[in-house]
Amino acid sequence: MEEGNKIPKSASSRLCCRCNERKPALKRPKTLEQICRKCFYEVFEEEIHQVIVGNQLFKAGERVAIGASGGKDSTVLAYVMSELNRRHNYGLDLFLLSVDEGITGYRDDSLETVKRNEVQYGLPLKIVSYKELYGWTMDEIVKVIGLKNNCTFCGVFRRQALDRGAAYLKVDKLVTGHNADDIAETVLLNILRGDVARLSRCTSITTGEDGPIPRCKPFKYTYEKEIVMYAYFKKLDYFSTECIYSPNAYRGFAREFIKDLERIRPRAIVDIIKSGENFRISTSTKMPEQGTCERCGYISSQKWCKACVLLEGLNRGLPKLGIGRSRGLENGNGNRKDMEQNGDVRSIESKQCGSLDF
Amino acid sequence: MSPFFCLCSTGSDVACCYWICCSGGLELLCDSVKMHNVNVDLENGLEQLTMKDLLAWARTNLIKERPEMFMKGDTVRPGVLVLVNDCDWELSGQLDTTLQEKDVVVFISTLHGG
Repeated sequence: MEEGNKIPKSASSRLCCRCNERKPALKRPKTLEQICRKCFYEVFEEEIHQVIVGNQLFKAGERVAIGASGGKDSTVLAYVMSELNRRHNYGLDLFLLSVDEGITGYRDDSLETVKRNEVQYGLPLKIVSYKELYGWTMDEIVKVIGLKNNCTFCGVFRRQALDRGAAYLKVDKLVTGHNADDIAETVLLNILRGDVARLSRCTSITTGEDGPIPRCKPFKYTYEKEIVMYAYFKKLDYFSTECIYSPNAYRGFAREFIKDLERIRPRAIVDIIKSGENFRISTSTKMPEQGTCERCGYISSQKWCKACVLLEGLNRGLPKLGIGRSRGLENGNGNRKDMEQNGDVRSIESKQCGSLDF
Repeated sequence: MSPFFCLCSTGSDVACCYWICCSGGLELLCDSVKMHNVNVDLENGLEQLTMKDLLAWARTNLIKERPEMFMKGDTVRPGVLVLVNDCDWELSGQLDTTLQEKDVVVFISTLHGG
């Protein structure tokens, strides 16, 4: 570990703290160690391997789909998973699963990257599209709902799309490239929104075990900076543009804050995750009950799952259906006008728990 | 990301030549050009250019739109990684890093979907 605050101007006067032979190439935010490229590859890969093994994420012989968007996290995930699967004999059958939301100028380009990944890593690829599944592309949806709450629709639809794709591939598990920064942001988001139900689940490394397909996040403790540096040094092929609808997302605020925090105290990210893991919900807090959607059978805590509610809204020309808290239900008399206008909404959204998806 | 190489055009005595490479989406702020061969004039009295000077120069001369996506105050926006000759600038003192002739500076944005 480096001592004191004698940071030399030129890196060459110090050596990698792990091998003591080579020049350091980066400073790890997680540990503040100065480390060379070769050692970085080793610790990066080894730490992920330990997370996989320590949390018993997989069993030999399982078919696993990697949620691949062509972005930095999923490309590095695909690369590292193939590598570790081979090196440590996990015995897994790996696939790439991609979702086409129908966002021109963003998704069509990144899908080209995934198609290249399919060839580069030798993993079979399956693409599922919103158009096929729901009859709507994100571009069409945004035209109807405007530029607010785009991520609500997209996130909800994407989750289901991944499950459908996973079922088609007959896989046992889904892995996604959510990294430490993402999870810390989610913890903060849920606190800012008072979403206690999600807060209790969002730090689990494996989720949805009681649903159709369990999904896990091997990068849970991996810093975004390290993923990008890994991809850069290894010259991995990935697509890097912000989704055109994301500037309006609330998550952006949490992200900005996390990034500022990281600059001051890099360990803040894993520490937030640790705090999130250690939250205990008071037994007197009302929590949603898990059931199934009456319309499509998907897992849901309401009568209809969120995707069905949103779709119903889109198809009936009610873009606000499923967005915001249902009004007029908290107090008995409530807002008569709202209830009448929304018709069936009362029966669909009968339980006042949880809130907007991110 | 495309590989890059280093070369120096004929610079004058008081100007230094560098390669600046933008990726991770940052290139969109520079007319979608990823690699820039730049000549930066040193101010009178200054012997060497620091990253701080280079950033100020880049903000004025390189970034064509939305400078707030690239910089925040004197330094890069949090979430933008900086590499000098393929080494994390955190190792060389961040803004105080001194630059030599022909140095290659890479800016990578991490602020996009994964």
